Amino acid sequence: MSGKSHPVIRSSLLLGLIALLGTALLAGVNELTHERIVEQEKLRILRQLNEILPTASFNNDLLEDVIEINDEVFFRHSAPVKVYRARMNDQAVAVLMNLVAPDGYNGDIRLLAGVSANGEILGVRVISHRETPGLGDPIEKQRSDWILGFNHKSLQNPESDGWAVKRDGGEFDQFTGATISPRAVVRAVHNTLIYFEANAQMLFDTPAQSE
Amino acid sequence: MSNSNLKQILTDGAWRQNTGLVVLLGLCPLLAVTNTVVNGLVLGLATMLTLMVSNLAVSIMRGLLKPEIRIPAFVLIIASVVTVIELLMNAYFYDLFRVLGIFIPLIVTNCAIIGRAEAFASRNAPLPSLIDGFATGLGFCITLVLLGALRELAGRGTLFSGADMLLGDWGQHLALTIIPEHPGFLLAMLPPGAFLGLALLIAARNAWEARNSDTQTIPVTHLVADHHET
Repeated sequence: MSGKSHPVIRSSLLLGLIALLGTALLAGVNELTHERIVEQEKLRILRQLNEILPTASFNNDLLEDVIEINDEVFFRHSAPVKVYRARMNDQAVAVLMNLVAPDGYNGDIRLLAGVSANGEILGVRVISHRETPGLGDPIEKQRSDWILGFNHKSLQNPESDGWAVKRDGGEFDQFTGATISPRAVVRAVHNTLIYFEANAQMLFDTPAQSE
Repeated sequence: MSNSNLKQILTDGAWRQNTGLVVLLGLCPLLAVTNTVVNGLVLGLATMLTLMVSNLAVSIMRGLLKPEIRIPAFVLIIASVVTVIELLMNAYFYDLFRVLGIFIPLIVTNCAIIGRAEAFASRNAPLPSLIDGFATGLGFCITLVLLGALRELAGRGTLFSGADMLLGDWGQHLALTIIPEHPGFLLAMLPPGAFLGLALLIAARNAWEARNSDTQTIPVTHLVADHHET
């Protein structure tokens, strides 16, 4: 240790320097891309919402008018349900709910369901799932029109017994070789309608939660 | 650096020591994302870019890096490069980023990258290191694209589906339906199809080599254990 610093210290300093450079680089790139990433994320959500609810039918800021519901027992999932409220000149138009069907063949199926203020399904879309490709994946709109079968359905149409796949005596189709995926989706959508009917007032009147 | 040397580096990286078909490194992303051509291509390009930048950075710093700190230094460099690529993809190719998901950050664990840093870039000048990164990445990328094409064609009867995620709306016209009314061949789309497809590609490469080198013996595939891979 005469004059020259110990090699261990030198190496540590060098490693520290590399880490510092890497961090600086990442901070810079993060700064550059952050805004755009947030923007893209918003656009993606908006695109999903607009697929169910046309832009012309509401005039509030959908992405800001959001509440989260924690009802683990009813929704059978610990994740809070995000509810976007659509209004036209402060009149309730519809809610769009981000929910999870917990009983897919391969775990959670994440859904987005739109319910109009009078309790009719505006549309349902699958956001993500892990069902078997080729068997369970016709629940995606890209693969088949099955999910469009929910449009205009309500608690009265069909009656409670009809809210099941055909194999269970209901009126929704299952797929060849796959009953569990459609069954999970039907059940989740039906649940959504039941929840909406009981809580419509609350869903529209709860003040928006800022994130 | 003579031209013949550069050519040597190129053929070594892209063909003779092809990461996917000969050295068999980085199999986890290779097998996981290659269910379509576009997925394979994008992961291949991202890996190639990572290889080039990390090779260049390691080569520039090679004089400073003492043997005992070289591995952590490599990891720091590679992780930074991959994270930059991840952020850029997230910002500019958002849909693709969502499709490839976890496999972009997992490029860090592709031991082909640390392998090239250790075996080549830490011992060679920046230019050859850059070219080595390019060649290795190219070989890996071609393997991913071939396997993706094989599986997409067998599994769905299409090619280039999802090209719009990479190129914008006009990419939709690139999507080719080769076999109309294809019923879907599940095996090709699922992981076993990836193993079988890779095996076919390796066999094809070996057969080609054997036919084109009468005097030489068939190159022995090095079974390198994937220590670094998670």
